[in-house]
Amino acid sequence: MDWKTKEKIIKYILLIFAMSSIMFLIGIVIVLFREGLPIFYKIGIIDFLFGQEWYPTYDPASFGILPLISASVLVTLGAMIFAVPIGLSTSVFISYIMPKSIKNFIKPIIELLAGIPSVIYGLFGMKILGPFLKDIFGLPTGLTALTASIMLGIMALPTIISLSEDAITSVPKKFRDASLALGGTRWETISKVILPTASSGIVTSIMLGMGRAMGETMTVLMVAGGASAMPEGILKPVRPMTATIAAEMGETPVGSNHYQALFGIAIVLFIITLSFNIIADLTRKRFYKKVSGK
Amino acid sequence: MKKNLLILLTVVMVISLFTGVVGAQENLTIQGSSTVLPIAQKAAEVYMENNDVSISVRGGGSGNGIAALIDGTTDIADASRFIKQEEVDNAVANGHFPVPHRVAMDGIAVVVHPDNPIDKLTLMEIKQIYTGQIENWSELGGTNQEVVVISRDSSSGTFEVFNEIAVEGERVTPGALLQASNGAVKDTVANTEGAIGYVGLGYLDESIKATKVNGVYPTNSTVASGKFPIARPLFMFTDGWPEGLVADYINFVLSAEGQKIVEEQGYVPLH
Repeated sequence: MDWKTKEKIIKYILLIFAMSSIMFLIGIVIVLFREGLPIFYKIGIIDFLFGQEWYPTYDPASFGILPLISASVLVTLGAMIFAVPIGLSTSVFISYIMPKSIKNFIKPIIELLAGIPSVIYGLFGMKILGPFLKDIFGLPTGLTALTASIMLGIMALPTIISLSEDAITSVPKKFRDASLALGGTRWETISKVILPTASSGIVTSIMLGMGRAMGETMTVLMVAGGASAMPEGILKPVRPMTATIAAEMGETPVGSNHYQALFGIAIVLFIITLSFNIIADLTRKRFYKKVSGK
Repeated sequence: MKKNLLILLTVVMVISLFTGVVGAQENLTIQGSSTVLPIAQKAAEVYMENNDVSISVRGGGSGNGIAALIDGTTDIADASRFIKQEEVDNAVANGHFPVPHRVAMDGIAVVVHPDNPIDKLTLMEIKQIYTGQIENWSELGGTNQEVVVISRDSSSGTFEVFNEIAVEGERVTPGALLQASNGAVKDTVANTEGAIGYVGLGYLDESIKATKVNGVYPTNSTVASGKFPIARPLFMFTDGWPEGLVADYINFVLSAEGQKIVEEQGYVPLH
């Protein structure tokens, strides 16, 4: 075999492997919609998305997923309220104030947070944070939307810190120099020049952090409490979409309405996280346009 | 070329001979309730270790199992309920005669936190708690503490029995906390002073307190005798009085060894 055919063979083998992840994505989407779409016809889109009662195994059954969507939105927003200030301050601090030698040491440690399996976060939330919040607020149970929010916030931190730190660092040095040369203080430079310039990069990091929080399953299954009522507050147990799918899919008869409804929830979840990713992608493009000055 | 063909032919013949021998092995198919499935599966595994037979076990629910028996496509139908009159009529019309064999009991204990002074409840009170009519332990003569209702995911067999017997099929309050396993329910109740939950009898230990229900404490003997109310028998149905392999398998499940498997899988043995 000459080297040319060898090159060609290698090229095609790499192509097949490269295409495989796209094939997996397409396969997943097809299965998701094939299994889940029928429930939208059977129940009606409005009744499915805005129904307030989730009683999938009763006769007659109710397949309203508004409480589940609200729970997911609630814990995700809660997580962002917790994670965005901490994440932003951390990334400003490590990119501008911390000496470079320490930064090179600290950043990998923060990124290590992302490598911890979610079941360990769940255990921590269940055994330590939950009982702690229960005592502080005098709650009947520590498994609440707040507990889930804090845990998800911690889990989203590495994404937010790492990406917004990248965005802040990639603001051209001449912007900072110009601001300082015009007599701006360090704080004015950060708050009026650096952060606005990096804003779309920061938005990207927040959107990706939200996607992570919304899609997280094991942790919310363990700490959110799992009550399928409409969320009445941050200190009540709630049941996000992911927890519902994970808890109920195991014993649901294949092809039943309940089975299709769980796939229906998965479609809703997929669309929400996909739109987060699309928004993140668009703002990222805008950001690079801005800093490259083109 | 001809030589290759000859070899191929010989191989095919040997293989077909071999499968012929395997095909002569006795087969048994079992289908039905996912609650009985762990018992049927484990019993089949142990039985197959000691006997040269092939047993295939499938879930699918009690209704599916009995439907398969009516159609004659299964030898044994597992069921977590008794057969309905309509199903008996259909079976007889099809020339099949279902015979029930009680193989185990399934009992569910109602549990509270060990510090909770409440140690007995009636079925009515349990129903009121789970439908959200009673929200504070003081309404039952306990301490002034909010009741934290803990339930299982609604597709689980444990939920099904509990909901049918204790809640009488009504909707459990949406404020109930969902836990995905017996172990998780036990853990949550053990860590929550105001909690009430329910678990299979095999999960009881000192970290949680089982209450008397209608005056009866849940034990293997009260469940087996039917005195404890939140319990149900589990069945295997055969077509006609069992003979041969079917009879041998059912006898194995009912034997001391089979009943030990029942207990190991978290159910209550008959004796």
